[in-house]
Amino acid sequence: MSLPALLVVSAALFGVGVYGALSQQTFVMIMMGLELMLSGAMLAAVALWAGATGGNPKGQLLTVVAMTVMAVEAAMGFALVINIYRIRRAEMTEKIKRLRG
Amino acid sequence: MSGGTLVDVAFWAFAVAAVVAAWLVFRVDSMVRAAYWLFASFVAVGFIMVLLGARFLGLVLVLMMAGEMTIMAVFMVMFMMNPAGLNPMTMVHQHRTAIIAGVVAFAGLAGVGLVADFPDRPVAASSEPTAELGRELLGDSMLVFETAGVTLLATMIASIALAAKRGRFGDAAAGSVAPELDPEPPPPDPEEQAGHDHHHDAAGGKEAGP
Repeated sequence: MSLPALLVVSAALFGVGVYGALSQQTFVMIMMGLELMLSGAMLAAVALWAGATGGNPKGQLLTVVAMTVMAVEAAMGFALVINIYRIRRAEMTEKIKRLRG
Repeated sequence: MSGGTLVDVAFWAFAVAAVVAAWLVFRVDSMVRAAYWLFASFVAVGFIMVLLGARFLGLVLVLMMAGEMTIMAVFMVMFMMNPAGLNPMTMVHQHRTAIIAGVVAFAGLAGVGLVADFPDRPVAASSEPTAELGRELLGDSMLVFETAGVTLLATMIASIALAAKRGRFGDAAAGSVAPELDPEPPPPDPEEQAGHDHHHDAAGGKEAGP
Protein backbone atom coordinates (compact mmCIF):
# COMPACT_ATOMS: atom_id res chain seq x y z
CA MET A 1 0.00 0.00 0.00
CA SER A 2 2.40 2.64 -1.23
CA LEU A 3 1.56 6.26 -1.88
CA PRO A 4 1.98 6.04 -5.70
CA ALA A 5 -0.35 3.02 -5.82
CA LEU A 6 -2.99 4.92 -3.86
CA LEU A 7 -2.66 7.93 -6.13
CA VAL A 8 -3.02 5.74 -9.22
CA VAL A 9 -6.22 4.22 -7.81
CA SER A 10 -7.63 7.66 -7.05
CA ALA A 11 -6.66 8.80 -10.55
CA ALA A 12 -8.53 5.82 -11.98
CA LEU A 13 -11.65 6.73 -9.99
CA PHE A 14 -11.35 10.32 -11.18
CA GLY A 15 -10.91 9.22 -14.79
CA VAL A 16 -13.99 7.00 -14.70
CA GLY A 17 -15.87 9.93 -13.15
CA VAL A 18 -14.77 12.27 -15.95
CA TYR A 19 -15.93 9.75 -18.51
CA GLY A 20 -19.31 9.35 -16.82
CA ALA A 21 -19.95 13.04 -16.30
CA LEU A 22 -19.18 13.82 -19.94
CA SER A 23 -20.85 10.85 -21.60
CA GLN A 24 -24.10 10.28 -19.72
CA GLN A 25 -27.36 11.84 -20.82
CA THR A 26 -29.40 11.40 -17.67
CA PHE A 27 -28.97 14.11 -15.05
CA VAL A 28 -28.68 11.69 -12.16
CA MET A 29 -26.06 9.64 -14.00
CA ILE A 30 -24.05 12.82 -14.59
CA MET A 31 -24.23 13.44 -10.84
CA MET A 32 -22.86 9.94 -10.30
CA GLY A 33 -19.89 10.85 -12.48
CA LEU A 34 -19.28 14.01 -10.46
CA GLU A 35 -19.41 12.02 -7.23
CA LEU A 36 -16.88 9.53 -8.54
CA MET A 37 -14.55 12.41 -9.32
CA LEU A 38 -14.97 13.73 -5.79
CA SER A 39 -14.39 10.26 -4.39
CA GLY A 40 -11.09 10.05 -6.27
CA ALA A 41 -10.10 13.46 -4.93
CA MET A 42 -10.96 12.45 -1.36
CA LEU A 43 -9.00 9.22 -1.65
CA ALA A 44 -5.98 11.17 -2.91
CA ALA A 45 -6.31 13.65 -0.03
CA VAL A 46 -6.47 10.89 2.57
CA ALA A 47 -3.57 9.04 0.91
CA LEU A 48 -1.39 12.16 1.02
CA TRP A 49 -2.48 12.83 4.59
CA ALA A 50 -1.45 9.33 5.62
CA GLY A 51 1.73 9.07 3.57
CA ALA A 52 3.24 12.50 3.14
CA THR A 53 2.16 14.86 5.91
CA GLY A 54 2.94 12.81 8.96
CA GLY A 55 -0.70 12.79 10.01
CA ASN A 56 -1.32 16.52 10.03
CA PRO A 57 -5.01 16.85 11.00
CA LYS A 58 -5.49 19.59 8.40
CA GLY A 59 -5.31 16.85 5.79
CA GLN A 60 -8.36 15.20 7.30
CA LEU A 61 -10.01 18.61 7.46
CA LEU A 62 -9.56 18.95 3.70
CA THR A 63 -11.41 15.67 3.26
CA VAL A 64 -14.24 16.91 5.49
CA VAL A 65 -14.53 19.97 3.24
CA ALA A 66 -14.62 17.70 0.17
CA MET A 67 -17.42 15.71 1.78
CA THR A 68 -19.32 18.95 2.34
CA VAL A 69 -18.91 19.76 -1.34
CA MET A 70 -20.26 16.32 -2.16
CA ALA A 71 -23.33 16.79 0.03
CA VAL A 72 -23.99 20.23 -1.46
CA GLU A 73 -23.62 18.87 -4.98
CA ALA A 74 -26.02 16.02 -4.31
CA ALA A 75 -28.68 18.16 -2.61
CA MET A 76 -28.62 20.91 -5.23
CA GLY A 77 -28.50 18.38 -8.03
CA PHE A 78 -31.58 16.54 -6.78
CA ALA A 79 -33.45 19.81 -6.26
CA LEU A 80 -32.63 20.96 -9.77
CA VAL A 81 -33.66 17.60 -11.23
CA ILE A 82 -37.04 17.85 -9.49
CA ASN A 83 -37.49 21.42 -10.64
CA ILE A 84 -36.62 20.83 -14.28
CA TYR A 85 -38.73 17.68 -14.39
CA ARG A 86 -41.72 19.56 -13.01
CA ILE A 87 -41.41 22.38 -15.51
CA ARG A 88 -40.12 20.64 -18.62
CA ARG A 89 -40.78 16.93 -18.02
CA ALA A 90 -37.10 16.45 -18.83
CA GLU A 91 -34.81 13.90 -17.29
CA MET A 92 -32.14 13.98 -19.98
CA THR A 93 -29.82 16.69 -21.19
CA GLU A 94 -31.11 16.38 -24.76
CA LYS A 95 -34.61 17.41 -23.68
CA ILE A 96 -33.55 20.87 -22.53
CA LYS A 97 -31.74 21.89 -25.67
CA ARG A 98 -34.00 24.88 -26.00
CA LEU A 99 -33.56 27.02 -22.92
CA ARG A 100 -36.78 29.04 -23.35
CA GLY A 101 -39.59 28.49 -20.84
CA MET B 1 2.64 2.56 6.00
CA SER B 2 4.07 -0.91 6.47
CA GLY B 3 1.30 -2.98 7.90
CA GLY B 4 2.07 -6.45 6.69
CA THR B 5 0.91 -8.41 3.72
CA LEU B 6 -2.65 -8.73 5.00
CA VAL B 7 -3.15 -4.98 4.77
CA ASP B 8 -1.63 -4.98 1.29
CA VAL B 9 -3.92 -7.75 0.10
CA ALA B 10 -6.93 -5.96 1.57
CA PHE B 11 -5.86 -2.70 -0.04
CA TRP B 12 -5.52 -4.19 -3.51
CA ALA B 13 -8.82 -6.04 -3.15
CA PHE B 14 -10.62 -2.82 -2.18
CA ALA B 15 -8.79 -0.82 -4.85
CA VAL B 16 -9.80 -3.20 -7.63
CA ALA B 17 -13.33 -3.37 -6.24
CA ALA B 18 -13.60 0.43 -6.14
CA VAL B 19 -12.47 0.92 -9.73
CA VAL B 20 -14.42 -2.01 -11.18
CA ALA B 21 -17.61 -0.96 -9.37
CA ALA B 22 -17.10 2.61 -10.61
CA TRP B 23 -16.77 1.30 -14.15
CA LEU B 24 -19.89 -0.85 -13.82
CA VAL B 25 -21.90 2.23 -12.80
CA PHE B 26 -21.85 3.33 -16.42
CA ARG B 27 -22.12 -0.16 -17.89
CA VAL B 28 -25.28 -1.64 -16.35
CA ASP B 29 -28.66 -1.10 -17.95
CA SER B 30 -30.55 -0.67 -14.70
CA MET B 31 -30.06 2.76 -13.16
CA VAL B 32 -31.00 1.49 -9.73
CA ARG B 33 -28.21 -1.04 -10.05
CA ALA B 34 -25.92 1.78 -11.16
CA ALA B 35 -26.70 3.63 -7.93
CA TYR B 36 -25.83 0.59 -5.86
CA TRP B 37 -22.63 -0.07 -7.83
CA LEU B 38 -21.65 3.50 -7.04
CA PHE B 39 -22.37 2.77 -3.40
CA ALA B 40 -20.16 -0.33 -3.62
CA SER B 41 -17.37 1.81 -5.04
CA PHE B 42 -17.74 4.27 -2.18
CA VAL B 43 -17.73 1.48 0.39
CA ALA B 44 -14.44 0.21 -1.04
CA VAL B 45 -12.97 3.73 -0.95
CA GLY B 46 -14.17 4.14 2.63
CA PHE B 47 -12.49 0.89 3.66
CA ILE B 48 -9.24 1.99 1.99
CA MET B 49 -9.47 5.16 4.11
CA VAL B 50 -9.95 3.00 7.19
CA LEU B 51 -6.88 0.97 6.23
CA LEU B 52 -4.93 4.22 5.92
CA GLY B 53 -5.88 5.19 9.46
CA ALA B 54 -8.63 7.72 8.73
CA ARG B 55 -11.25 5.56 10.42
CA PHE B 56 -13.72 8.34 11.13
CA LEU B 57 -13.65 9.72 7.59
CA GLY B 58 -13.95 6.30 6.00
CA LEU B 59 -16.98 5.30 8.03
CA VAL B 60 -18.63 8.70 7.64
CA LEU B 61 -18.21 8.32 3.89
CA VAL B 62 -19.88 4.91 3.94
CA LEU B 63 -22.79 6.15 6.10
CA MET B 64 -23.30 9.28 4.02
CA MET B 65 -23.30 7.35 0.78
CA ALA B 66 -25.70 4.70 2.09
CA GLY B 67 -28.29 7.43 2.55
CA GLU B 68 -27.50 9.24 -0.65
CA MET B 69 -27.56 6.18 -2.86
CA THR B 70 -30.94 5.15 -1.44
CA ILE B 71 -32.27 8.57 -2.37
CA MET B 72 -30.68 8.21 -5.78
CA ALA B 73 -32.33 4.83 -6.35
CA VAL B 74 -35.71 6.31 -5.38
CA PHE B 75 -35.05 9.14 -7.82
CA MET B 76 -34.35 6.70 -10.58
CA VAL B 77 -37.63 4.91 -9.98
CA MET B 78 -39.51 8.22 -9.85
CA PHE B 79 -38.15 9.92 -12.93
CA MET B 80 -36.47 7.59 -15.33
CA MET B 81 -38.15 5.83 -18.17
CA ASN B 82 -36.29 2.57 -17.71
CA PRO B 83 -35.20 2.33 -14.07
CA ALA B 84 -35.17 -1.43 -13.87
CA GLY B 85 -33.17 -1.94 -17.03
CA LEU B 86 -35.72 -4.32 -18.50
CA ASN B 87 -34.67 -3.51 -22.02
CA PRO B 88 -31.03 -2.85 -22.70
CA MET B 89 -30.00 0.61 -23.74
CA THR B 90 -27.10 2.94 -23.66
CA MET B 91 -27.80 6.58 -23.00
CA VAL B 92 -24.61 8.33 -23.89
CA HIS B 93 -23.57 11.24 -26.03
CA GLN B 94 -20.15 12.41 -27.24
CA HIS B 95 -18.92 8.98 -26.30
CA ARG B 96 -15.48 9.12 -27.92
CA THR B 97 -14.68 12.56 -26.50
CA ALA B 98 -15.71 11.37 -23.05
CA ILE B 99 -13.51 8.28 -23.26
CA ILE B 100 -10.53 10.34 -24.41
CA ALA B 101 -11.09 12.91 -21.65
CA GLY B 102 -11.34 10.18 -19.02
CA VAL B 103 -8.17 8.44 -20.20
CA VAL B 104 -6.29 11.74 -20.38
CA ALA B 105 -7.42 12.68 -16.86
CA PHE B 106 -6.37 9.28 -15.56
CA ALA B 107 -3.01 9.32 -17.32
CA GLY B 108 -2.20 12.85 -16.18
CA LEU B 109 -3.12 12.31 -12.55
CA ALA B 110 -1.53 8.86 -12.36
CA GLY B 111 1.59 10.30 -13.94
CA VAL B 112 1.74 12.97 -11.25
CA GLY B 113 1.24 10.31 -8.60
CA LEU B 114 4.02 8.14 -9.99
CA VAL B 115 6.56 10.79 -10.95
CA ALA B 116 6.20 13.50 -8.31
CA ASP B 117 8.47 13.29 -5.31
CA PHE B 118 6.29 13.44 -2.23
CA PRO B 119 7.84 13.59 1.23
CA ASP B 120 7.84 10.23 2.96
CA ARG B 121 6.33 11.01 6.33
CA PRO B 122 3.79 8.34 7.24
CA VAL B 123 1.36 8.65 10.13
CA ALA B 124 2.89 7.60 13.40
CA ALA B 125 1.44 4.32 14.60
CA SER B 126 0.80 5.80 18.02
CA SER B 127 -1.26 8.73 16.77
CA GLU B 128 -5.01 9.00 17.26
CA PRO B 129 -6.32 10.46 14.00
CA THR B 130 -9.93 10.74 15.09
CA ALA B 131 -9.11 12.59 18.30
CA GLU B 132 -6.75 14.88 16.41
CA LEU B 133 -9.41 15.60 13.81
CA GLY B 134 -11.88 16.43 16.57
CA ARG B 135 -9.47 18.84 18.23
CA GLU B 136 -8.70 20.41 14.86
CA LEU B 137 -12.37 20.84 13.97
CA LEU B 138 -13.25 22.46 17.26
CA GLY B 139 -9.94 24.26 17.69
CA ASP B 140 -7.80 25.96 15.11
CA SER B 141 -10.02 25.20 12.14
CA MET B 142 -13.36 25.94 13.72
CA LEU B 143 -14.01 28.69 11.20
CA VAL B 144 -13.69 26.17 8.34
CA PHE B 145 -15.96 23.75 10.16
CA GLU B 146 -18.59 26.39 10.87
CA THR B 147 -18.42 27.67 7.30
CA ALA B 148 -19.10 24.15 6.08
CA GLY B 149 -22.07 23.97 8.45
CA VAL B 150 -23.53 27.27 7.27
CA THR B 151 -22.97 26.20 3.66
CA LEU B 152 -24.95 23.05 4.32
CA LEU B 153 -27.74 25.09 5.94
CA ALA B 154 -27.85 27.38 2.90
CA THR B 155 -27.97 24.30 0.68
CA MET B 156 -30.92 22.90 2.62
CA ILE B 157 -32.84 26.16 2.30
CA ALA B 158 -31.99 26.49 -1.38
CA SER B 159 -32.94 22.94 -2.24
CA ILE B 160 -36.27 23.26 -0.42
CA ALA B 161 -36.91 26.51 -2.25
CA LEU B 162 -36.10 24.87 -5.57
CA ALA B 163 -38.00 21.67 -4.97
CA ALA B 164 -41.11 23.08 -3.29
CA LYS B 165 -44.10 23.08 -5.59
CA ARG B 166 -45.54 26.27 -4.19
CA GLY B 167 -43.16 29.15 -3.77
CA ARG B 168 -43.61 32.46 -1.99
CA PHE B 169 -44.98 34.15 -5.07
CA GLY B 170 -47.29 31.42 -6.26
CA ASP B 171 -46.84 28.17 -8.06
CA ALA B 172 -43.26 27.23 -8.73
CA ALA B 173 -43.98 26.47 -12.35
CA ALA B 174 -46.18 29.52 -12.92
CA GLY B 175 -45.65 31.11 -16.31
CA SER B 176 -43.85 28.15 -17.76
CA VAL B 177 -45.61 26.07 -20.35
CA ALA B 178 -45.50 22.42 -19.46
CA PRO B 179 -45.00 20.32 -22.56
CA GLU B 180 -46.68 16.99 -23.11
CA LEU B 181 -45.53 14.08 -20.99
CA ASP B 182 -43.66 12.65 -23.95
CA PRO B 183 -42.74 15.63 -26.07
CA GLU B 184 -42.39 15.18 -29.77
CA PRO B 185 -38.97 16.11 -31.09
CA PRO B 186 -38.97 19.54 -32.69
CA PRO B 187 -38.91 19.60 -36.49
CA PRO B 188 -35.29 19.28 -37.49
CA ASP B 189 -33.50 22.45 -38.44
CA PRO B 190 -31.79 22.17 -41.79
CA GLU B 191 -28.56 23.59 -40.38
CA GLU B 192 -28.72 21.49 -37.24
CA GLN B 193 -29.29 18.39 -39.30
CA ALA B 194 -26.12 19.05 -41.18
CA GLY B 195 -23.90 19.40 -38.14
CA HIS B 196 -25.23 17.35 -35.25
CA ASP B 197 -26.77 14.27 -36.73
CA HIS B 198 -24.80 11.90 -34.51
CA HIS B 199 -26.19 13.39 -31.29
CA HIS B 200 -29.60 11.83 -31.56
CA ASP B 201 -28.83 8.21 -32.09
CA ALA B 202 -28.56 7.11 -28.48
CA ALA B 203 -31.60 8.77 -26.93
CA GLY B 204 -33.29 5.54 -26.01
CA GLY B 205 -35.29 5.39 -29.21
CA LYS B 206 -37.42 8.34 -28.19
CA GLU B 207 -35.95 10.75 -30.68
CA ALA B 208 -35.85 9.69 -34.24
CA GLY B 209 -32.34 10.14 -35.50
CA PRO B 210 -32.05 11.59 -38.97
